[in-house]
Parts: sequence; C-alpha cells; structure tokens
Amino acid sequence: MKQRYSVFSLVRNAFSSHENWSKAWRSPPLKPAYDVIIIGAGGHGLATAYYLAREFGITNVAVLEKGWLGGGNIARNTVTIRSNYMRDESIPFYVKSVEMFEGLTRELNFNMMHSKRSMIDVVQTYGRLRELRRRQLAMDIHGATYQQITTQELRRRIPALTGGGANARLPIIGGMVHTDAAVNRHDAVAWGYARGADSHGVEIHQQTEVTALIRGGDGAIAGVETNRGTIRAKQVVVAVSGHTTTLTETAGLRLPLRTMNLTAFVSEPVKPLIDVIVNCPDSGFYLSQSDKGEMVIGGAPDRGQSFRRDIKQHVFEDSVSMMLSLFPAFKKLKLMRQWGGHLDIAHDSSPIMSLTDVAGLIVTAGWWGGYKAIPAGGLTLAHLVAKGTPHPLMAAFTLNRFKSLDYVMESGTTTAR
Amino acid sequence: MLLISCPNCGERSEGEFTYGGPVQAPRPNPLETSDEDWVDYLTTVPNPLGPVQEYWWHAAGCGRWLSLWRDTRTHDIVEPPHGL
Ligand SMILES: Cc1cc2nc3c(=O)[nH]c(=O)nc-3n(C[C@H](O)[C@H](O)[C@H](O)COP(=O)(O)OP(=O)(O)OC[C@H]3O[C@@H](n4cnc5c(N)ncnc54)[C@H](O)[C@@H]3O)c2cc1C
Ligand SMILES: [Zn+2]
Repeated sequence: MKQRYSVFSLVRNAFSSHENWSKAWRSPPLKPAYDVIIIGAGGHGLATAYYLAREFGITNVAVLEKGWLGGGNIARNTVTIRSNYMRDESIPFYVKSVEMFEGLTRELNFNMMHSKRSMIDVVQTYGRLRELRRRQLAMDIHGATYQQITTQELRRRIPALTGGGANARLPIIGGMVHTDAAVNRHDAVAWGYARGADSHGVEIHQQTEVTALIRGGDGAIAGVETNRGTIRAKQVVVAVSGHTTTLTETAGLRLPLRTMNLTAFVSEPVKPLIDVIVNCPDSGFYLSQSDKGEMVIGGAPDRGQSFRRDIKQHVFEDSVSMMLSLFPAFKKLKLMRQWGGHLDIAHDSSPIMSLTDVAGLIVTAGWWGGYKAIPAGGLTLAHLVAKGTPHPLMAAFTLNRFKSLDYVMESGTTTAR
Repeated sequence: MLLISCPNCGERSEGEFTYGGPVQAPRPNPLETSDEDWVDYLTTVPNPLGPVQEYWWHAAGCGRWLSLWRDTRTHDIVEPPHGL
C-alpha cells in the first residue's frame, strides 16, 4: 500500500535514519500489450496516466520513457504558472489549470512547494500596452485577474528594477499585474503524478525508447516499436514535447508543428530581493527568485528550428544585456547554470490535443508554455482517451482547426519580442 | 555564434541576419490544388531531426536573401544532403 507523507511519517522515518521509506513507484516487468500506451513520462504523460486511472478507471496503462521520469522539459522549464492568455478558447483552460495546481499538493499528497505570487509585466512600448490592455478585457470576461498599474506602483513593487528610466532606449511606461500567477517545484509535479498514477496500477517504464509507431492492416494503430521490443496497444498517446513529428512521421502522419529551442539560466543564490514574477515582453526576458534565492531567468526562443538542448551564446548574451538594462545591479550576480529545452510550436501557437487520421493514435503537442497546462492538460487528455471525444475545455484545440482554417492564433503565449 | 556566408559580403555574424523560415515546396495554385494539399502548404513545414534548408536575410548588411542547410541537432551549417 502506498504510504502517506505527513509530519508523523517524517518523524517515524527519522528514527531509522530515513532508510525505510518505501519506493514512490514500482518497476514492474514490461508486458507485451496494454490497453493504452502513453509515450513520454513528462508532466503531460504522467498527469494523463493519473487521471485516466483516477477519473476513468483505465489502469492497464504503460507510460514509456526513453530517459528517466521527469527528465525532459519538465525538468528544464522556469515554472511560471499563469492564465493571462488572449483567446476565449484559451483562457478558461488555463484558469482551470492554475486552479488545479493550487490544490495539487493536497490531492497528490506530495509537497509541490506551490507559491502564488503575482506576475508583473513591465511594459516598454505603446503597442504592447495596447495588446495587454486588450488581453485584460478578454480575461475580465473569464474571471482571470489582470490589471494595469502605473510606473510608480511598478517600481514600488519591484525595487530592484532601477533601469528603464525616461532616458532609456525603451523607457518603462506602465505595468500589468496578474495576481493568479504562481511558481512551484517542477520535479515534485512529475514525481507526484508518477506516484499517484503508480498507486492506481499504471506502469511506468523508464529507459524505454519508442523508435516507431506500428499500424495494423486496417491502418489503425497497433502498438509501438521500442529498444526493448514490440509492445501492442489499441490506443497510443504521443506526449513527447518537441519530438512529436519525429514519432508521428513514422506512422506517415505530418503535423503543423515546428520544434524550437527555449533557454533559461540561473544565478547564484542571494537574499530575498524579488517577490513577484517579472516579465519583460518588450525586452524579451522574464525572471523570478526561487525559494533557494537564485534568480531564474528565461530568454527568447532561438531563431530557426532546433532539437538542441543547450543554450545559444547569441540568445544568451541578448537576454543578459536586456536584463542588465532594466536591472543594472544584477551585473554583480554570478550566473551558475544555463540550459535549453525543445518545444514544438503549432502553426497558430496554440496547443494540439487531438485524435488523428490514424485511428487510435492521439497526440498532445504544441505546449509552448505547457508547464502551467499540465494538470488540466492531463485531465482533458484522459477524457479524450476514455471517451473518444474532446473535453469541452479542449474542443477548439483539435487538428480539425487546421483543416477548416479556423486557427486559434494565440499571442498570449509568447514572451518573445 | 554562427558565421553565415553571404554571397555579397562573405562570412558575417549570425546577429546581422534575420531568420526567414524553412524552405518549402513551391506555392500551389489554390484553385487547382485539393483542400488537403492547400492546408498542408499553409500550415505544415519540414521539421526534421537533422538537416533543414532555410532562408536567412542579411538585414543588417547588404539586404540579400540567401538559403542554407542547417542541422537542427547541432545548429551547424552543413552541406546539403546527398542528391540535393
Ligand atoms: C527553458 C524553458 C522554459 C520554460 N518555461 C516555462 C514556464 O515558465 N511556464 C510554462 O508553462 N512552460 C514553460 N516551458 C514549457 C514547458 O517546459 C513544456 O511545455 C512542458 O514541460 C512540456 O510538456 P512535458 O512536461 O510533458 O514534456 P517533457 O517533460 O519534455 O516530456 C516528454 C518526455 O517524452 C520523452 N520522450 C521523447 N521522445 C521519446 C521517445 N521516442 N520514446 C520515449 N520517450 C520519449 C522525453 O524524454 C520526455 O521525458 C519552458 C520550456 C523551456 C525549455
Ligand atoms: Zn550581405
């Protein structure tokens, strides 16, 4: 039986030098067939497995992961959770996801270190101000919080922001505050969902790389080819963030996605200095301070498609110089680590969660700010797998929108210039 | 930093260039092509794990458009794949 984490279990295990905690998930032998195969043990794959079991009672499920669980982009992102999107189709979905994140620690009995703090957009051009005001009105309709503040108020709330004065190339002209925004612990999200899925009977197989999708004589999906042999299933879910086209093309399916590299870096830990998430869309970077005290800084995506996982010097220098123009004192900070990850971005920048032309093959992709989407993404994808029809919150995000040229162009996804 | 070779100016830093997207098949005539092919042309670009051909614009230089092959795994500019 799965142990519960609590103050008491902590104290109890302290007496045995923490050597008797039971494993958070099992490593069962691989079976030749399952009802559902989920490719990718990232946030989306694991959350989907969890909700499939918990909400729909579908437990003969294998999650196949080429590396280690939670080692993909979920380990590489900057954990900004927010719902300030632009489209009537997007906002309710992200509102739901942010709400689910708030209850996740309790639901999964796993400490997500969830920390709700406002996100402040630092606005430096009038075009951007108009765009964000428009977003504010769109969000008002759906109950998400987004409000304009003055430059004085912005500087009061972010004292470290001393650049961007009247003589700067891009002077700060105002700000927008999104109070629902939060950060939390990305590993905990992966581990919490893995533990939850496992306790409902789902199998997680690490070091199991899917090399091709297999179709049967009728054209429908029949299973997958892996480095550990063939595994059969009538339903296969692709949740591989960035590598979607690489896999779907093995089944002859082309998708309107391109893979991009996004980068981030962190500084040495310093004393508490910034208690909001600062987003500078005109300058092309954003930052927040982690519980450990590090500045966590994200930059703009690389130009051109990329499957690289490291950072490009060019993009890195650009982000750093823009950051120093607004936070001149940060030039004293030592930068400790830098990394990149790859995301697939759909033609209209909105996610794709859809059945495909290959019967039984389901994709979740295009999550180019997809960390915040993990709880609602898993719940709605589980619904699609179990019922065969999209969840109402995701109905606009199927592949049909490309066929009918009915795109959901989403400007709210991007911090890029 | 990539060095991009401009036919006009020689090798220049990537920072002088603007990215122009992957090279696609020629634009079909929308009146003659099937809906499926038209949608495909409008929305779907090559996304290979490996060499891709793309356009770059020497915007902060001579203004010339050029195309090159780049490996999406390494970012290195590479020779076109065999036969192209
Ligand atoms: C630098 C950076 C900053 C970001 N910041 C934010 C942010 O602040 N807020 C936000 O909401 N989003 C952010 N994102 C986006 C977010 O990280 C992703 O959208 C999200 O993590 C992707 O979903 P996932 O967690 O399921 O993917 P992943 O964690 O990448 O899961 C996919 C898994 O599939 C596995 N896989 C791939 N191919 C195969 C195969 N053939 N066989 C088996 N397994 C395979 C991978 O190893 C991986 O573990 C950021 C991304 C990056 C790179
Ligand atoms: Zn030139």
